[in-house]
Amino acid sequence: MTSAGLPIIGNATEVFVYPDSHIRTLASSCAACHGSNGNSAGITPTLAGLEPGYFSAQMLAFKDGSRPATVMHHHAKGLNADEINQLATYFSQQKRVANTAPTPQKLKVGHDN
Amino acid sequence: MTTKSVNNPMNRRQFIQTASAAGALLLSQYSFALASKSPLGRVVIIGGGYAGTTAAKYIRMWSLGNIETVVIEKSSQFVSCPLSNLVLGGSKSIDDLTFGYDLVKKNHGVKWVNDEVTSVDTSAKKVTMKRGEITYDRLIIAPGIDFIYETLPNIQSAEVQQQVPHAWKAGWQTVNLRKQLEAMPDGGVFVMNVPKAPYRCPPGPYERVCQVASYLKTNKSNSKIIVLDANPEIVSKKGLFTKVWADMYTGMIDYRPNNVVVEVDIATKTVRTDFETVTANVLNIIPPQRAGKPAQMAGLNNIDKRWCEVDFLTYESKLSPNVHVIGDSVSAALPKSAHMANSQARVCANAIVALMSGQAPDATPVFANTCYSYVNDKQAMHVANVYRYDEAKKIMVSAEGGGVSASPSEQEGQYASAWAANIWSDVLT
Repeated sequence: MTSAGLPIIGNATEVFVYPDSHIRTLASSCAACHGSNGNSAGITPTLAGLEPGYFSAQMLAFKDGSRPATVMHHHAKGLNADEINQLATYFSQQKRVANTAPTPQKLKVGHDN
Repeated sequence: MTTKSVNNPMNRRQFIQTASAAGALLLSQYSFALASKSPLGRVVIIGGGYAGTTAAKYIRMWSLGNIETVVIEKSSQFVSCPLSNLVLGGSKSIDDLTFGYDLVKKNHGVKWVNDEVTSVDTSAKKVTMKRGEITYDRLIIAPGIDFIYETLPNIQSAEVQQQVPHAWKAGWQTVNLRKQLEAMPDGGVFVMNVPKAPYRCPPGPYERVCQVASYLKTNKSNSKIIVLDANPEIVSKKGLFTKVWADMYTGMIDYRPNNVVVEVDIATKTVRTDFETVTANVLNIIPPQRAGKPAQMAGLNNIDKRWCEVDFLTYESKLSPNVHVIGDSVSAALPKSAHMANSQARVCANAIVALMSGQAPDATPVFANTCYSYVNDKQAMHVANVYRYDEAKKIMVSAEGGGVSASPSEQEGQYASAWAANIWSDVLT
């Protein structure tokens, strides 16, 4: 899994190396509920820094129905065991940081037709 | 060192030189464009909604700052469509759903132009705005939806929409519709339509019915709701909405399928369909929809003259190389949701970073979509699916195991609230 490490770019004209972008892109689609890089703003669990064995076990339990869920079974069943294990590795490597929230503003913009 | 195949015949140095030259500015009053020469070139993004803003941020992150991103957005604020039905129900204010772009700009070095696109020249790789123009190496068009007024021309003007709002782009129209509901007498009739699918947010109209019903049940319990649906049945979460309307809002909701609005009389708030004429106290007409105007300017809406056909590995237009389309404007058997826009944006961003650094894009993208609907101020229900690229069909198809809630619940209401907080953070910071 060296490909999951960060690329090193001192000078952009060097060969550009990027990590396993397939799994990174899949992992990023979890952000809508679990926060950017798995750092959640709400009651949804933070995935960043989770022990990978724990992550995989929970996902496999959602997948086979042994852990009851409101929504996660609908996601876990759509993923295969390899993807679950790669997501487990990916999220275990993400730093736990406080989620940043944008500040709500008073609506100023006008009518849109 | 990458092991992925490189199809680009140019070597890397030539590629970068070409990209930078093409990214040079033609003419503009935007000074940042003169100063910058990002090594891998410039991506211009039209539209700062869920799709465009996400793409800009993730291209910056995943290229480690080596691709310049410039977002062109005509609005100075981001107003979330998700949760905006709760403004009608009364449990949210529009100011809870309105944000600035300062953090995403600052945190990721995304450049921003608050202007409106007037033309797109894909052969010259140039976008013209009211106050300037800019060239690109790659263009992302993420304009959301445009309304089709051909069959209902008299409801197009901003003045008329003060009386009959669509409120299908969150903002003042949402506030207006809420005020009309507040002013409606007890025993009044709220009439709304559902346009023919595909339209933005498949469960959205039915969530709106729930939110208006929730408000009326508490405050004006003699009032009624008539829903004129152009579709043969409820488009999304049908079983759940049917049950909620029967159990929670018994006798309040008169749902009439296969009913296309063909005429609206503004003065009397009377709606004619092929079958009947209905008069409202408060009238909400949601026109049929197509790809946003910038996609039309670029001539990309080739499917039914409405939606844009794309390659699902890159979201590059099937009609125009180096031009990508993401979000609601895409022609796909996928829900036009914010989460979908957000997921498509990242597949597109990942592909663009690969392509602009001379690598092949991910050949098997997979992503998730979760869409919550609130049935009152506290309870919500979901539809959720994983989608994966089908190499034979060359489209995204839903994986096995997706589905909807067993029933709405307060727990899912809290998850829906967390969804909003997390996607706002992901898109806007």
